[in-house]
Amino acid sequence: MPENKSESKQTTVQHMAYEPYTVAMGPQHPATHGVLKLDLELDGETILECKPTVGFLHRGVEKLAENISYAQCLPLTDRLDYIAAMANNVAYSVAVETLLGIEVPLRAKYIRTMVMEMARLTGHLLWLATHALDIGAMTVFLYCFRERENLLDMFEEICGARLTTSYTCIGGVRQDVTGHFLESLHAFTDEFPSRIAEYETLIDKNRIWLQRTQGVGVVSAEDAVSLGLTGPTLRGSGVDYDVRKHMPYDAYPYVEFEVPIGSKGDVYDRYRCRMEEMHQSNSIIRQCIEALPPGPIRAEDAPDLVMPYGPQKVVEADATFSSGIIKLVEDRKRFIKGDVYVAAEVPKGELGFYFVSDGRGVPYRMHIRSPSYIHIGALPFLCKGQMVADVIAIIGSVDVVLGECDR
Amino acid sequence: MEPLEIAQKIRERFPDQVIQVEEHRGQVGVIVKKDRIVEMLRWLHDDPALQLNHLADLCGVDYLAKKDVRFEVVYNLYSIPLRHRIRIRAEVPEDDCRIDSVTSIWMGANWHERECYDLLGITFDGHPDLRRILLPEGWEGHPLRKDYPLDGGGKRWSGYEEVVEKSKRLRQHDFYGMYQDPTKKAGLEDARE
Repeated sequence: MPENKSESKQTTVQHMAYEPYTVAMGPQHPATHGVLKLDLELDGETILECKPTVGFLHRGVEKLAENISYAQCLPLTDRLDYIAAMANNVAYSVAVETLLGIEVPLRAKYIRTMVMEMARLTGHLLWLATHALDIGAMTVFLYCFRERENLLDMFEEICGARLTTSYTCIGGVRQDVTGHFLESLHAFTDEFPSRIAEYETLIDKNRIWLQRTQGVGVVSAEDAVSLGLTGPTLRGSGVDYDVRKHMPYDAYPYVEFEVPIGSKGDVYDRYRCRMEEMHQSNSIIRQCIEALPPGPIRAEDAPDLVMPYGPQKVVEADATFSSGIIKLVEDRKRFIKGDVYVAAEVPKGELGFYFVSDGRGVPYRMHIRSPSYIHIGALPFLCKGQMVADVIAIIGSVDVVLGECDR
Repeated sequence: MEPLEIAQKIRERFPDQVIQVEEHRGQVGVIVKKDRIVEMLRWLHDDPALQLNHLADLCGVDYLAKKDVRFEVVYNLYSIPLRHRIRIRAEVPEDDCRIDSVTSIWMGANWHERECYDLLGITFDGHPDLRRILLPEGWEGHPLRKDYPLDGGGKRWSGYEEVVEKSKRLRQHDFYGMYQDPTKKAGLEDARE
């Protein structure tokens, strides 16, 4: 009898042994935050290998940019990270101004810093909403969208658009902010810290939340730098790298803020980093409102859409003015040969622009270093050896937007 | 460290590799030969005085008819602990369109190099998985080359017809997921009449 028992046991074990098999997650999947496809090779529930496929949303932004002027490229940047388009606008403008050597008026710098931090809040709120929804906390989604709606309304007030803003321009911002906008934003910043506390009461001590996030998707500081991670995803691993501090642009040298840093490098620490960042963004917005100086909002010599191609045409009266002859003088000094790489800290991480200028009013080459692209490239490393349910938590915690990834 | 000092150090260490040092808006680019690129970048990464550990960006540039050497692979390096940056620009000629991969130094270079291969057609030797990434497999040409027309030259991607056929087929499924052949359906209606 004992022999028989062991035999039957053996057959069951053989029956239970699975071959590794592949599951395609996406491209149509609610937790991939866009059209991202992951081929997961599974052994039971453990991931042996994760192969991301991207490019479903590739629009050739870099190729398009080579055929239009610097000013015309700006609306294309809205479509990169469409969740926080303001931040992309600012990043692009800062890069072009560095290339062309344009000094922006102080008021415009403050306004830009303000809208960039507002964009960071919208980005982080949407991240928190969807991340919590993926893990199973439905309520947070509704709460986050309440505040995000307020911010989008304020975007609408200053530029007329909620998502594809195109608010900044090269050399400043398109329109000045109104007193009503500043008042409503000030009221928002008064209230917002209590709202963050509200989200935290919902999930921060929640046992399910902690179990789903702590110790999941761990990446060490060294590996995180090697993988090229940036933004809160990198800072969760304890690396102090924030473009706003390391290479300050706009009004960031004039405002005080701290860079929150995690220690363990798991999903929970990345979550904490972003939550703390929302507090810091709120404080930066307040400082900008209070210190907003008067003055012009655009540099006078900045190129804009009125000059689609080539050199700036300056109208100059002839010496014999009485004759009524007015001649056009070409101003080519702005466009000189050279290349720059300028980065800015957008909600997802370091958004860099590498420009090569050949002396025309058109970028010879524009390369976008998008954080989401690099972060998705790191997914095979992060997901290896994890459980299949944790993939969703990991994707949520690195915070990707496929519009930015595929460009 | 100032970027020009770093450029000077590179020149001292690799005198036969550095072709030129260019400065624009305070940013320094060192144009180098591609032969010892991995050795050079590994030294920049590991040297305690430099510690350029963050590969901020890697991309290719096509200088068609603008320079003697057609392509350049550009490495934007940044040191997180020491807070300085430098740009290395490796020249890649058109007739020998390949360069050594730096994935052994930075894991994150993997996708950067795949993108560069996909859009500019520069081959990276020693890359673990060099495939197209943003464009579908079977795409002809490399769009970011300057001789590639903006509209693609009127050519269609080879998989286009297949995708259209598939979408047509899928549209014929009715509410219950049953496949209905449009020709047969027409026949049924005829019979009813």
